[in-house]
Amino acid sequence: MASLTSTRVLAPVGTAGKLFAFGLDVARNLFKRPFQLREFLQQAWFIASVTIIPTALVAIPFGAVIALQVGGLIKQFGAQSFTGSASVLAVVQQAGPIATALLIAGAGGSAIAADLGARKIREELDAMMVLGIDPIQRLVVPRVLACMLVAFFLNGLVSVVGVSGGYVFNVLLQDGTPGSYLASFTALAQLPDLWIGLVKALVFGLIAAIVASYKGMNAGGGPKGVGDAVNESVVITFLLLFVVNFVLSTIYLQIVPPKTG
Amino acid sequence: MGVEIRVEDLSKSFGKQLIWGDVTLTVPAGEICVMLGPSGTGKSVFLKTLIGLLKPDQGSIVIEGTDIASCSEKELYEIRKLFGVLFQDGAMFGSMNLYDNVAFPLREHTKKSESDIRSIVMEKMDLVGLIGAEDKLPGEISGGMRKRAGLARALVLDPEIVLFDEPDSGLDPVRTAFLNQLIVDLNAQIDATFLIVTHDINTARTVPDNIGLLYHRHLAMFGPREMLLSSEEPVVRQFLNAQKVGPIGMSEEKDADELEAEKDQELPPLPPIPLQLEPSNGIPRRSQRDPGAWCRENGVTPPPGSFSENMTMVTGA
Repeated sequence: MASLTSTRVLAPVGTAGKLFAFGLDVARNLFKRPFQLREFLQQAWFIASVTIIPTALVAIPFGAVIALQVGGLIKQFGAQSFTGSASVLAVVQQAGPIATALLIAGAGGSAIAADLGARKIREELDAMMVLGIDPIQRLVVPRVLACMLVAFFLNGLVSVVGVSGGYVFNVLLQDGTPGSYLASFTALAQLPDLWIGLVKALVFGLIAAIVASYKGMNAGGGPKGVGDAVNESVVITFLLLFVVNFVLSTIYLQIVPPKTG
Repeated sequence: MGVEIRVEDLSKSFGKQLIWGDVTLTVPAGEICVMLGPSGTGKSVFLKTLIGLLKPDQGSIVIEGTDIASCSEKELYEIRKLFGVLFQDGAMFGSMNLYDNVAFPLREHTKKSESDIRSIVMEKMDLVGLIGAEDKLPGEISGGMRKRAGLARALVLDPEIVLFDEPDSGLDPVRTAFLNQLIVDLNAQIDATFLIVTHDINTARTVPDNIGLLYHRHLAMFGPREMLLSSEEPVVRQFLNAQKVGPIGMSEEKDADELEAEKDQELPPLPPIPLQLEPSNGIPRRSQRDPGAWCRENGVTPPPGSFSENMTMVTGA
């Protein structure tokens, strides 16, 4: 009885360990030649094609909400001239990577999990292993790299669209002046803010792809198993991404001192 | 020339449930073996363990001096190049057409030119009768064609060992007969070791040199075809003759009451042993033995009517 309880309690630890081991496997296979360039390009193109438009559409209201919220708050402090800089900070550091992560996990990750899951239950992955080809090297590594690459660029897209959205809302709706919005960019924001945004995007892309691949490759029990795998992969990725975002933000704020205007 | 597979004391369980234990057998080089068993006795698990897709809990599988159960991943990928495996549904890669599917192992593992690859692929496609279907996607063809395409892909690297996972499931009797003939012809041609997992009695009775029977979490019997077909062992005789009377019930085993009830029932006589399927060109295979040779050597009298040319293939009571 005791062992049964402990098995149940410890089961998530085992899963976490397997996921981590899978991540290490991927890391090891990253450097194995030949690199699957074709698969990488196809996947990058595919992930980009399913994420670009939703991301842009999400980024506009995201930037707008931040502009409205921050703009309103900052007005009460009488520091309207800093609206631009505050919204740049918020978009580049937080909103960009998070919106990217949501789209990468929701659109890209679910597609990866579904694809690999379907291959798993059709025994394609087994067949591949039997043909002497490691599916991690052949299928997972290109997907992980493609996801990271696309996340990196999507993050840039979100930043640009978000900041422009903020600009439009600030200038048109909140009577901000274009000049002060643009000029205050550098007042509080600094270059490392951009780096941490990009680093976050890369890490989120990595996590989303690894979780999706792991879940897909371990799908079981027929078509229902694939559906479950997709569902679990999206939920787990979201959870992980928000935790990791918190950790990275905390570390960043500790080691990079905020710029004082 | 095929390669021998030596399996010793193999056990496999999922969680606490033992699938089978103490499986010891040697699949002789170049011969055709059939692994039989009622549904759900872990035949496919056995096959997957042989290629290292599943790790056994204990025991060893030795192929050319390498123990698959304990070797490194790198060695495993090396040894797998000896294998050709036909999966249940063919396991074709859904994103590639049949030609690319069959060419895939060649492109991955050899440095052959595209024209060489083309001639090899076409030869194998011809062998399984799929000429003209090269450009089809696996989703567009029937299950039987997928199986044959899977066979072509399994053969393309000239394997030393070919494993078949239920080659006859989901095929009509005519296609099954053709596939069985194809298996025998292939064995004659490439001399590889063949292991077929199935529960089709007809295949088991006519195709192989050796038969194994998995039942009740162990290997009930493994040996030459004639030994099992003339065996009086209850499980073997029930299964190979598709009878209701015997220890195998609807769900795994019969309970004591059921066995008690049929205690006095007369077992139907063993049906005659059919002739083994011969290669279609008439040249005997290397591992082929004369009909009745095993029975004569071991002093067993085969059931009356055995090994006659015009025997009906009907089994069952």
